[in-house]
Formats: sequence, structure tokens, C-alpha cells
Amino acid sequence: MKGKTLGAACLFALATAVTAADEVRVYNWSDYIDEELLAKFEEETGLKLIYDVFDSNEVLETKMLAGGSGYDVVVPSGTFLQRQIAVGAFQKLDPTKLTNRANLWDVIEKRTARYDPGNEYSVNYMWGTTGLGVNVKRVAEVLGEDTPINSLDLIFKPENMARLASCGVHFLDAPAEVIPAALAYIGEDPDSHDPEVIAKVEPLLMAVRPHVQKFHSSEYINALANGDICVAFGWSGDILQARDRAAEADAGVEIVYHAPSEGALMWFDQMAIPVDAPNPEGAHTFLNFIMDAENMAQASNYVFYANGNLASQAFLVPDVIDDTAIYPDAETLENLYITTPYPAKVQRTVTRLWTRVKSGT
Amino acid sequence: MKRVVVALIPYLWLLGLFLVPFAIVLKISLSDVAMARPPYLPQFSWSEGISTFLSQLDFENFTFLTTDDLYWKAYLSSLQIAATSTLLTLLIGYPIAYAMARAPEQWRAILMMLVILPFWTSFLIRVYSWMGILSQEGYLNQLLLGLGVISEPLIILNTKIAVYIGIVYTYIPFMILPIYAALHRLDNSLIEAAEDLGCSRAKAFWLVTVPLSRNGIIAGCFLVFIPTLGEFVIPSLLGGSGTLMIGKVLWEEFFNNRDWPVASAVAVVLVLILIIPIVLFQQNQQKQQEAEN
Repeated sequence: MKGKTLGAACLFALATAVTAADEVRVYNWSDYIDEELLAKFEEETGLKLIYDVFDSNEVLETKMLAGGSGYDVVVPSGTFLQRQIAVGAFQKLDPTKLTNRANLWDVIEKRTARYDPGNEYSVNYMWGTTGLGVNVKRVAEVLGEDTPINSLDLIFKPENMARLASCGVHFLDAPAEVIPAALAYIGEDPDSHDPEVIAKVEPLLMAVRPHVQKFHSSEYINALANGDICVAFGWSGDILQARDRAAEADAGVEIVYHAPSEGALMWFDQMAIPVDAPNPEGAHTFLNFIMDAENMAQASNYVFYANGNLASQAFLVPDVIDDTAIYPDAETLENLYITTPYPAKVQRTVTRLWTRVKSGT
Repeated sequence: MKRVVVALIPYLWLLGLFLVPFAIVLKISLSDVAMARPPYLPQFSWSEGISTFLSQLDFENFTFLTTDDLYWKAYLSSLQIAATSTLLTLLIGYPIAYAMARAPEQWRAILMMLVILPFWTSFLIRVYSWMGILSQEGYLNQLLLGLGVISEPLIILNTKIAVYIGIVYTYIPFMILPIYAALHRLDNSLIEAAEDLGCSRAKAFWLVTVPLSRNGIIAGCFLVFIPTLGEFVIPSLLGGSGTLMIGKVLWEEFFNNRDWPVASAVAVVLVLILIIPIVLFQQNQQKQQEAEN
């Protein structure tokens, strides 16, 4: 009996070892791909795709820091990528296996090189801005027709927030997104790493926090679409997905997205391969598949985020390529800022401030 | 021989699944945060020897916990939420257990089944469905609005009330089952005797039934209180920004600050907070048993 169990265990171990070579495990953000693409990948390559999702950079980062995540492709955002490269969490990409590299867009590559010099470790998946999702009708009812809905006044003026509280406001639970916006609002450098400057946003956030129904980084998509909340400070494509879902449901909910006129954070989600990926070969195959112009366009057409693939623009539907909320015009582009990672000490100050803001203590 | 092996099993379990993990957490709590993978130093290596390794450890992270009021506030708030939910669960669970124990014999199996049945669905799905019930456009508000009980939708989701609802709902079987077990064994003739001796029904309940089900109540309270204290899923799904709980603080130390040593220190203190009352309680129990003998 014992021999039999042992034998079975060995067989099982063997089986998992065998399957690792034709399996690709991808860990990406939630609501971030057209699932038909996943089926298409399996069909074209014969590889089995295991696709898991997360909704915060922190969750991904902890897996990367612990090591042995078992994933072949992960998608951290710029600042997180930079730190994870520094601790040696990723392997350099093999350019010979990425034949679709020529499709990439130099405008975006130049910006992502701030985080990953030479783009040696990562390829841009999507990029976007952080801004305001508004349920137009409800906000007009509460604040009046002529309140501008593209200004951070909407969420950082206490009197506006006090009135909006009745219909619900969600903020991203991401200090690295909200604090730069608050800094931009009070006229400071949004990328400031000076604890004294960062501390200036605390009274502002404290004044509006009682009126924030929830700090969460993915629930607002459904909440906006269902009309449960009327304002969300969130990621561009997520809000545009909410807009689309609301339009499909046809229940009279109309959502719009604006990058704030005071300036908006521009962020980049980068595909990278963990240093201990079980199947780096398959990971490159997946990257190259996504870098194909038509595939990338299909993903963007589905999730309403811009991508870093110039060739894909020929295949984008007008709703995406012509929407300045997704592909900003030159004027808006100038108004976008990017941020760099906080050093450990400053990170603690930021997290502590964020906890105080969220809990009121 | 066989007996020794059987007796060893619980100890091995305790060693492998409690003491060893706890020692690892304790070790991390004594190290320093670093830009590394995993993100703390020193890491143990056989070549440097155990003594050099131990000399690099210190209690810095524990002293750090005393410098910021966030931590004790979170511990206190968790204790308060856990205590309130335990009390609520007891108040609701006891009558249910009592009714089950008093129900006709042939019904009991079905009633028991109804209490256990929800466990067959994932805990996460059950908490999620509460979000659908309690949200502003949710079933509860639609029902109350439809009946004309309220004119404005109630804001329940993302408040402390939702957290209490979630905790009580999730943990109530853990309260019902031990109390039911105690009441089930209760000899009915004792109550008859009390009534014969002039007790009113209510008085017999307080003087006979409740004291005899004491062990069930205590077991139920522990089973609810302990997991609630460190609860993370329910407050993060149903709670709002104001729900401060130690599970959440631990999460933030671990994920947002990437400070595994401080996160581990928070966890060690939480275990100590839990162990001390349990040990005191057990000593008290033993003394009582000795006194009775």
C-alpha cells in the first residue's frame, strides 16, 4: 500500500514536471484582456495557458519578492517594475525570440525606459491615465448642471464631496495614485518624495475622507456601471469599461471619463518574465503573441486602454483610437505626469498617511 | 507501541503546523527590512553559523510598534469588533440551538442539516452575495423601498454594520453547534424537578439550562472570537474605510510597506494577545475542576 502511494506521488511529480514545458502561467490585472485571445493563443501555439488575475501591484510585488510564484509572465506597473528589477526579480528578455518587437511604439518605449532602462526586462502591455469617472446625470442632480466634471475640485473640495456622499464616491485604494493627484491639486510636484511636501495633502484628504464610501481598486467598475456610486477616482480604461457595461445594460446610467484638468498621472503596465519562471520559452511565446499587431489591437478594443504597439493602431476601432480619453491629444499629453518609486522610508510615511486617511486615525 | 504513535500524532501536528511556522515568523520579526528577495536580512546560511546569525537579530520592530498609536488602536478596535460580534452571535445562536434541541426528534437531523448546509458553498461567495443584498441598489433596499418602509435607500454596505452582519452570518454555526451539543445532552427531568420545586419556566431556564450549557457557550464563544479577531476577508469586502482591524494593518505592513519584519512582529503580538487569555482561562477551568473533585 505504502509503495503504491509513493509510486503515485512520484508519478504525480513527474506529470507536473512534464506539463510545465507546455504550460504558460500568466498573472495579469483583472478585467484586462479579451478572453477570446486566450483561446486563440492556445489554438495557435498548442500551449496550455493558465491565466490568473490580481487587482493591486502590491499583491503581485509580494509574490515577486517571495519568489517561486510559479508564473511565467507578470504585469507590474512602471514604478513597481523598477523596484522589482532592482531586487533581481526578473530575467532579461531574449530579443531573438520577440520577432514582433518592430511593432512597438517609440513614444511609449522612451517613457517606459525611465523605469526599465533600454527596455531590457519588459514590454509595454497597456498604458493609461488616472482620473475621474462620473455618472453625469446623478452628479448634475446633486451638484447642479454647470459643475465642471473634469476638475479635481469634484473630489477634493469638501463641500462638493459632502453633497456627493449621498450618491456614493469611490477612491482607488492606491496611495501612489491618489497622493500625486492631491499634490498636483495643491500645486506641488506630484512626484515629490519629500515627506514634508507629501504631508501637505493630509488635511486635504482628511477633509474629504468621511465622504468616501470606499477605497478599493476594482469594485468601482461594477458600482459605477450599476449606478451604485456616482463618482470614482480610478483608472481610465476601467471607467470606460464601466461606461460600456452601463450602456449595454441600458438602465439610464451614463458614465464619462476625464483626465483631470489639473494634470493626470500617466502609468504603464509592463509585461515581464520572473527570474524563476518555470517556462521562460513559453513566456516569450506569449509576449510575442501579444505583441502581434492584430492581437494587441483586439485586447485594446476590448478593454479600452491604449497600448504601446504602433502597428496595432491600424486595427483599432474608431471608438478607441479616436477617443481622446484613451489616446490623448497632444494638449492633454502635455498635461500628463509620471511618478518614480518611493524610497523605503518615504514609502512608510506614505502608507501611514494613507492608513490615517482611510481609517481616520 | 501503537499507543505511543497515536499519542505522538497531535504533538507532531502541533510541532509541524504551529510551532515551526511560528518560529519562522518570530525569526522574521527579529530581522531587518532590506531591498532583497525575500525582502529582509539577515538570511540564514549554514556557512556563517547559527551564532553569527542570532547576533544579527534584535527587537527593534517590537519597539517600533509602541512608537505609533496605529497599532494599539487597531488591536483595540479588533478586540471590540470581535467581542461585539461574539456577543451578537451568542444572542442569536443560543435561541436557535435551544429551539433545535427542543424540536421533535425526527426534525433535529433536518435542522442540523440546515445549519451546516451553507458550508457547502464557498465562504467567499457567501460574503460576496451579502454585497448584493446590502448595496444601495441591493435586494434589501429594494424590498424596503417597495414596501414603503423607507423612502431613501439605507447605506449599510461598507459600514461597520455590514461587517457585523457578515461576521455573525459566517460564524453562527460555530456558536450553534457546541451549544446544541450541550443542550442536547441536557436531562429534561432536571427542568421538571426545578419546576416541581417552584421555579417558574424562565427561572428554571436561567438557573438550570444556562449553567448546564456553559461549556457549549464557552466553546462557541472561543470558536467565534478567535478567528474574528484576525479576520481580514469580511471587513475588506463588506467594511468601509473606517473599519480599522489588525488583519488589515498586517496586510498593509506586508503588502504596501513591503516590511515583512514589522508585519511579523504585528502577527507575533496578535498570537500573544490570543494565547494569554486562553491560558488563563484554562488554568481557571482546571482549578475549578480540582475544586469540584
